[in-house]
Amino acid sequence: MALGYEAWDSERAAEIIAELKSHEGATLVILHALQEAFGYVPQDAIPMIALALNLSRAEVHGVFTFYHDFRKAPAGRHVLKLCSAEACQSAGSDALAARAESTLGMTLGETRADGVVSLEPVYCLGLCATAPSAMLDGRLIGRLDATRLDALLVEAQR
Amino acid sequence: MKLKIFIPRDAGAIAVGADEVALELELCARKRGVSLEVVRTGSRGLYWLEPMLEVSTGAGRIAFGPLTPGDVGSVLDAIAADGPHPLRLGLTEQIPWLKRQTRLTFARCGVIDPRSVEDYRVHGGYEGLERALALTSEAIIDDVIKSGLRGRGGAGFPTGIKWRTVAQANAVQKYICCNADEGDSGTFADRMVMEGDPYMVIEGMTIAGIAVGATRGYIYIRSEYPHAVEAINAAIAGARRAGYLGPGIGRSRHDFDIEVRVGAGAYICGEETAMLESIEGKRGVVRAKPPLPAHKGLFGQPTVINNVLSFAAIPFILAGGAQAYADCGMGRSRGTKPIQLGGNIKHGGLFEVAFGITLGELVDDIGGGTASGRPVRAVQVGGPLGAYFPRELFDTPFDYEAFAARSGLVGHGGVVVFDDTVDMAKQARFAMQFCAIESCGKCTPCRIGSQRGVETIDKIINGDRASQNIALLEDLCQTMKLGSLCALGGFVPYPVLSALKHFPEDFGLAPPRLQAAE
Repeated sequence: MALGYEAWDSERAAEIIAELKSHEGATLVILHALQEAFGYVPQDAIPMIALALNLSRAEVHGVFTFYHDFRKAPAGRHVLKLCSAEACQSAGSDALAARAESTLGMTLGETRADGVVSLEPVYCLGLCATAPSAMLDGRLIGRLDATRLDALLVEAQR
Repeated sequence: MKLKIFIPRDAGAIAVGADEVALELELCARKRGVSLEVVRTGSRGLYWLEPMLEVSTGAGRIAFGPLTPGDVGSVLDAIAADGPHPLRLGLTEQIPWLKRQTRLTFARCGVIDPRSVEDYRVHGGYEGLERALALTSEAIIDDVIKSGLRGRGGAGFPTGIKWRTVAQANAVQKYICCNADEGDSGTFADRMVMEGDPYMVIEGMTIAGIAVGATRGYIYIRSEYPHAVEAINAAIAGARRAGYLGPGIGRSRHDFDIEVRVGAGAYICGEETAMLESIEGKRGVVRAKPPLPAHKGLFGQPTVINNVLSFAAIPFILAGGAQAYADCGMGRSRGTKPIQLGGNIKHGGLFEVAFGITLGELVDDIGGGTASGRPVRAVQVGGPLGAYFPRELFDTPFDYEAFAARSGLVGHGGVVVFDDTVDMAKQARFAMQFCAIESCGKCTPCRIGSQRGVETIDKIINGDRASQNIALLEDLCQTMKLGSLCALGGFVPYPVLSALKHFPEDFGLAPPRLQAAE
């Protein structure tokens, strides 16, 4: 279980849903809030959202699976996102991603089997003038190079 | 002695250590018994000088940068002694890179405290709204039309015409939607404005609400921009407290309020109809047009959708600047364009300038060439769906029509520089692959075409019947261009075909004939 998240609790989830369901088009708002609380959106939450918003389970499932951000399982204890879009590519992000994969012994887009770290590509953090860039547990890092990346990789495996 | 110091809270500055510099500054000042007033501003947009610190003096603000925490002590000493320092940049406003810009939209960014509605007002904020409140709907829209403002998101549709359509529609509820899903790689102007001058975006949306008779607004911000979400939410709360949002804004009869919606990592939601679906809580699937959002938009109601920079241009225009705005630019591209220089570039950042500047001036002169020091080989303009330009086309002026004439697009104004180590076949493949990952799946040319595009480029790269597969790729691009529902599938041929045309040697073909005269 990643740090800073509550364990899944359907009563707590029901509270969150009840609080937000009156927003216009509330599905994404609720999915975000659930993920913020629990670190992911468990399968059990889908019918709860559907019932609250008078939608079918299929509709909510469809929304949940459409967006890259929503997780169906907890992420690693640390989440390292490497910007992989063109501006970072021009500044050498592909080589850095390969370096991260080899150091961590995993592939971009996975959570390592020991649950310590998730390594994910992100398509633009908007830090294109200080490329390449990354985000470790919500903290932004620009002007990434091999030395800075290595320090992040140590931190990400704690 | 009390020093007034400015340090950005902009995400781009934080990413290179602005928070650490600010922390060290407090410590060093305490040690020296210096009392400080620290204002966390937006960024001036000179990113190679970030983290930058400015100190207020009788002559104006003096800048230091790029700083590490280790430099802070000596900088404080230099400030106290009014002495020299190797990182002293002089008066900020006199830094040539900043001085040669025409900052209309970015005039306050990096200057004011983005958390303070008072500071915004002191620097001319809400003058546009005050004036708009005294005007009729028609007069407001006339001003916007007179300014020549075209949608800054990329498509370049005249903003005033869009507003007029919504104003003339009959409906109980109309909406204002701000598209802040700035997903194009190489673009960060929306983020900078939201973080550095958020009240300006809110003011622009509010003026739009008054002009068309809408009472509700949404800002759709991508989830990759948590600092922008925080800044806009803080500004919405501040505007409500000051009476600039909510019932009876500015003591008028107009009601208007705004809610932030956060995206969830889908690039397609920057397409306006997919964005509407997403705000409605649905999958970000593109809608067929017509009906236009101006007639049937959010929840089926008449809706103004504009980009952050379009709304951001409105307060200046409504504060009596319509003619001044129209006086900038070239041809049918009026006003200024905030251009974003990024990627492998020496002097990257935000360069706001009147339309008409050439690509070569931007890359070589202003950008200073590559950060790696190697020759510039290709420049992608307009994001992942924009064309790659070789040096032979660097005389192209920044202008919607001039770029279109050379099979490119201005888009949101992102310029990404690549040096001579770039493999253009790989970039073409990435464009198709990105489209395949991000396609909403509604139309076949985009959903299937992008996947087949990746496979076909792989065959070309591997030398598998290269000439037949190139013909196939060109044919596929033509189908995607003409048959896709929106700009994702429709524009992905731009980077692919431009890479193929200008850099055929990277695909294992003969080098190009000179094409500069096209």
